[in-house]
Amino acid sequence: MQSRTGKGDFLMKTRAMKFVKRLLAAALFAPVVAMAAGAALNLDKAPVSTDPAALQNGAKVFINYCLNCHSASFVRYNRLKDIGLSEDLIKDNLLFTADKIGEQMKIGMTRDNGKAWFGAAPPDLTLVARARSSEFGSGADWLYTYLRQFYRDPSRPTGWNNKVFENVGMPHVLWELQGDQVANVEEKDDGHGGKHKEVSLELKKPGVQSAAEYDKTVADLVSFLVWMGEPMAESRKNIGTFVLIFLAGLFVLSYLLKKNFWKDIH
Amino acid sequence: MTTKSQALLNWVDERFPLTSTWKAHLSEYYAPKNFNFWYFFGSLALMVLVIQIVTGIFLVMHYKPDASLNASGVPVAFAAVEYIMRDVPGGWLIRYMHSTGASAFFVVVYMHMFRGMLYGSYRKPRELIWLFGVGIFLALMAEAFMGYLLPWGQMSFWGAQVIVNLFSAIPVIGPDLALVIRGDFVVSDATLNRFFSFHVIAVPLVLIGLVLAHIVALHEVGSNNPDGVEIKKKKDANGIPLDGIPFHPYYTVKDIVGVVGFLFVFSAVLFFAPEGGGYFLEYNNFLPADPLVTPPHIAPVWYFTPFYSLLRAVTYPLFGLDAKFWGVIAMGAGVVIFAFLPWLDRSPVKSIRYKGPIFKTALVLFVIIFFILGYLGVQPPDNGGIKDRTTQICSVLYFAFFLLMPFYSKMDKCKAEPERVTS
Repeated sequence: MQSRTGKGDFLMKTRAMKFVKRLLAAALFAPVVAMAAGAALNLDKAPVSTDPAALQNGAKVFINYCLNCHSASFVRYNRLKDIGLSEDLIKDNLLFTADKIGEQMKIGMTRDNGKAWFGAAPPDLTLVARARSSEFGSGADWLYTYLRQFYRDPSRPTGWNNKVFENVGMPHVLWELQGDQVANVEEKDDGHGGKHKEVSLELKKPGVQSAAEYDKTVADLVSFLVWMGEPMAESRKNIGTFVLIFLAGLFVLSYLLKKNFWKDIH
Repeated sequence: MTTKSQALLNWVDERFPLTSTWKAHLSEYYAPKNFNFWYFFGSLALMVLVIQIVTGIFLVMHYKPDASLNASGVPVAFAAVEYIMRDVPGGWLIRYMHSTGASAFFVVVYMHMFRGMLYGSYRKPRELIWLFGVGIFLALMAEAFMGYLLPWGQMSFWGAQVIVNLFSAIPVIGPDLALVIRGDFVVSDATLNRFFSFHVIAVPLVLIGLVLAHIVALHEVGSNNPDGVEIKKKKDANGIPLDGIPFHPYYTVKDIVGVVGFLFVFSAVLFFAPEGGGYFLEYNNFLPADPLVTPPHIAPVWYFTPFYSLLRAVTYPLFGLDAKFWGVIAMGAGVVIFAFLPWLDRSPVKSIRYKGPIFKTALVLFVIIFFILGYLGVQPPDNGGIKDRTTQICSVLYFAFFLLMPFYSKMDKCKAEPERVTS
């Protein structure tokens, strides 16, 4: 396969080859990277929160809806104590895919099964919020937009399609919360002699949550994914503040020391 | 000093040149008294080297160079980095220090090189210092390139794939050479293990050796300074340069100020923006390496991008050889050409302070071009569009700065150097 060995074609990939590659990648339901150089993405700004209540709700949604096909294989269940959950609470309510609280969030579905059932193995989500960052927005923005833009598409094997990630292998797992959206596709002139599709989404059948409630659910889930991508992020910043204050003080002292030593040098 | 410790020192000095080394390199090494801001970066480079070695030692305790997949289908090497980030106490700090340190190393070294170009530090009698320095720069690039493979993310994998493939463009031996570097037909576990070996043993040894040679050569001839005058020409009755001051304590206390200032900036990045906006840690590298999925745009890390642009600028085959080969030559030449600076600069003065308008303009243009090439190196090529054309024009100017230097530096109208350093 051309893209595999990639000999000689890196420097001057023709546009056509790029297109073929993208097509190929999309056809294989390739995760993440296939999108980056595509058309500009219009992403909504994700209201990411570090509030424990939001993170705990996000954890609940993640474990109930995502952690069946997707793993988070670098995260141990007991790490959830960092977002304010007690060990007993985790054991009683969240420990679905492991026996011990020190185990990682793994899943029963094998990668081969995933490939056979969805066309591509659902990616591990531990780092998804970091990996999805691009020039169009943060990884959180991408996820927040993606999870709110599924729509009914009978031509797809799962019956679902997505505005952000076209022909995605994943069905709309949160559909009963959001309801059914449909796409109104309009062909528009792109100004370069070609046509491009403009997709606008419309909520046809409401789910159990209102639009605002659903946005909040997704925001919490995305906040949790962001937390999971770098659980130490908050303590990193806290420590950093002290380090900078210390260094600022040390700078003054070292400057005075230097000044004192140098007072005879003219 | 008490007699007992004096006796101990004497005992050592009879067996090892402790006191004499201390004097020769610190307390009686006379450095010009007029060092400015740009002279911090040498000691800073040394400190970043120490940071990288120490954090590297701790990373190796937990890292595993293994490309096979674990039970969750994640490459072991990639998982090992996340293990360090999550389960090793303080691991995230050590890892971020190392990843931020890599970028910091290049920032500091580029500033250090620019200092040399500003004040003509490469000129006679400091040619060897400069050559060792270029060697350090080359070793540093190899070190960074091989280290970048180790997290085994998408950019690690594909960056290595692209760069190693470049070697296959060399006529006759190219394909075999690329094979030897990879140890396989594609970047694989064999590649990961040999890069690991080079990254943690071979190249650091070379680096440390070259750094030692760099400093020994410097202390042999003495430091240059912002005026570019030789302080050894004017000495007092005791043979001490009139404009010299002992490195210790004067420059040790001064360099501490530089170190703390640097650590402040370094920590600000490390604790508040360790990804460096996707430039220090590329976003795609949070995905495990996947040989079946080529990222649509493969960009090297920022510190390689000016040279990567030189590579991409060459798009014409020549003498029956592929354009890629000439691109590789251009990239290599773009680095190695720095080594010729001592002989390209024919100016009667060393420092920019006394050089004429032509050299000043040329240096300013060169810096601008270096930044433009660096920026374009992270952009996807646009198939002969404005970006590619700009890359080509800037590449020509890049080499023109060096190759025309013998002419413009000679005809430039320089000011007279002062007898002594100015304060």
